[in-house]
Amino acid sequence: MSQLQIVQGQLTFTHGEAQQPIFDKMSMSINKGESVVLLGPSGCGKSTLLNVFAGFQPLDRGLVTLNNQCLSGPSGQRAVVFQDDALLPWLTTEHNVEIGLKIQGIPKAQRQKISHDYLELVGLAAHAKQPIQQLSGGQRQRLGLARALAIKPDFLLLDEPFGALDALTREKMQALLLTIWKETGVGFLLITHSVDEALLLATDLYLLQGPPTQIITHQQPPFARRFLDGETVRSLKSDSRFTQDRQSLLDQLLEVA
Amino acid sequence: MKSLRSPSYSRYKKGSSSHYLSLISGLTVLVIAAAWFAASHYGWINTLFFPSPNALFLAFKQLWQQGYLDISLGQHVTASLLRVLVALAIALVTAIPLGILMGLTPVIRAIFTPILDFYRPIPPLAYLPLIVIWLGIGEVSKILLIFLAIFAPLTISTAEAVRRIEPHRVQAVRCLGASSWQVMKWVVLPSILPELLTGIRIALGVGWSTLVAAELIAANRGLGFMVQSAAQFLSTDVVVAGILLIAAVALIIELLLRQLQKRFARWSLYDN
Repeated sequence: MSQLQIVQGQLTFTHGEAQQPIFDKMSMSINKGESVVLLGPSGCGKSTLLNVFAGFQPLDRGLVTLNNQCLSGPSGQRAVVFQDDALLPWLTTEHNVEIGLKIQGIPKAQRQKISHDYLELVGLAAHAKQPIQQLSGGQRQRLGLARALAIKPDFLLLDEPFGALDALTREKMQALLLTIWKETGVGFLLITHSVDEALLLATDLYLLQGPPTQIITHQQPPFARRFLDGETVRSLKSDSRFTQDRQSLLDQLLEVA
Repeated sequence: MKSLRSPSYSRYKKGSSSHYLSLISGLTVLVIAAAWFAASHYGWINTLFFPSPNALFLAFKQLWQQGYLDISLGQHVTASLLRVLVALAIALVTAIPLGILMGLTPVIRAIFTPILDFYRPIPPLAYLPLIVIWLGIGEVSKILLIFLAIFAPLTISTAEAVRRIEPHRVQAVRCLGASSWQVMKWVVLPSILPELLTGIRIALGVGWSTLVAAELIAANRGLGFMVQSAAQFLSTDVVVAGILLIAAVALIIELLLRQLQKRFARWSLYDN
């Protein structure tokens, strides 16, 4: 099983002469098939951790490893989905999905088939030929997911991907993410400010505070796995345990904020 | 309240106000033309200083049929166009790579910024004598003068376009497995294309306006040469005809570039 790890990571940001320690001796791992969620107040270092996992931010000390092999820089095994979707506006919907496949040198016919499959998975097959400017915010996020998944990464790193969406679209996207997780078995690292989202989507939930970034609690909510067993997002969110866990997590978050 | 207007209402208002503004522009041109006709007809201006519409028409007719100083009008236009286009071609292959490097690499930006900032505001006529001393009075001097006028704005606009690229677009493509060259091909070049085309439009405008200065250097053909030569003989009809031709060629180039922008960078109009 694939495992992505930060081992004894140390990172300091320098602003002029001032040095700001971001984290020290930080260790964290994500296994393929798990859904790790980082929750914490703004500025606690969640996005920095994701950038380190993605290879965008090198460590001062420590290692980032994939299956015990050291990594330096980004690679196709860890695709990233951003809050601002980061799509390429000069390409159509299907060509945005095909871009990663093109980079990997996959022939055109195969690219088109894969692109169609993933657009179908995220419910955008009917929009394949459209310019992306004609898509709504939620559709653009789904397209970002399809683009990232098309290259079949082991891990999907999501930086507040639903932060700019309305509540209804957000809930649909959460259900879609769980479906994708169920069907592809990819490992997730998700950053969110939403307690509901964290509880629903996490198999491993880290509550963080900082800077310097520290892990306050590590929990293993059952709801994502219950989705795999056939329960719906609506029923999970209506569950009394979900409400209790939500309240408890909110209390913890208020303590560290 | 403006913000409460429905989109269709705003579009309607925009469309009708655009027609209204076009009408005002058309009327302005008509008023100027009428004033010109009247001034010539009633002798309010000396035709030595500005030709009458009839004289201008005859000057165009003569230029079209006989050319100017034994050189056809087509040859004058071609000579000027070639100078500007050769200068532009050289600027494209030098300014764009340099602009990209300046946009991507702070050290290269630090090296070239003072040089560009120093020479960009200098009027080309100021360094024209130096170019003649260095390179003589041949075609190279004329092309170099236009090239120098184009190079700085094109380099600066390219560098700024590169600096404005969305970092997440680059990161998203890098984590799809792209090499540096692939990032350049799939993200950097398409991202900067709209601003690059705007930069070329501005640079060509500057280049075209430097043409007259360039053709001061012992030229025997070209629109700039024609205007200056005719001015020495006080042939204001040919001078004005030459100015209008320079403006017309510039307008055609501008319209062609706008079409290119519409064809290849339409997305930038809607990108948020």
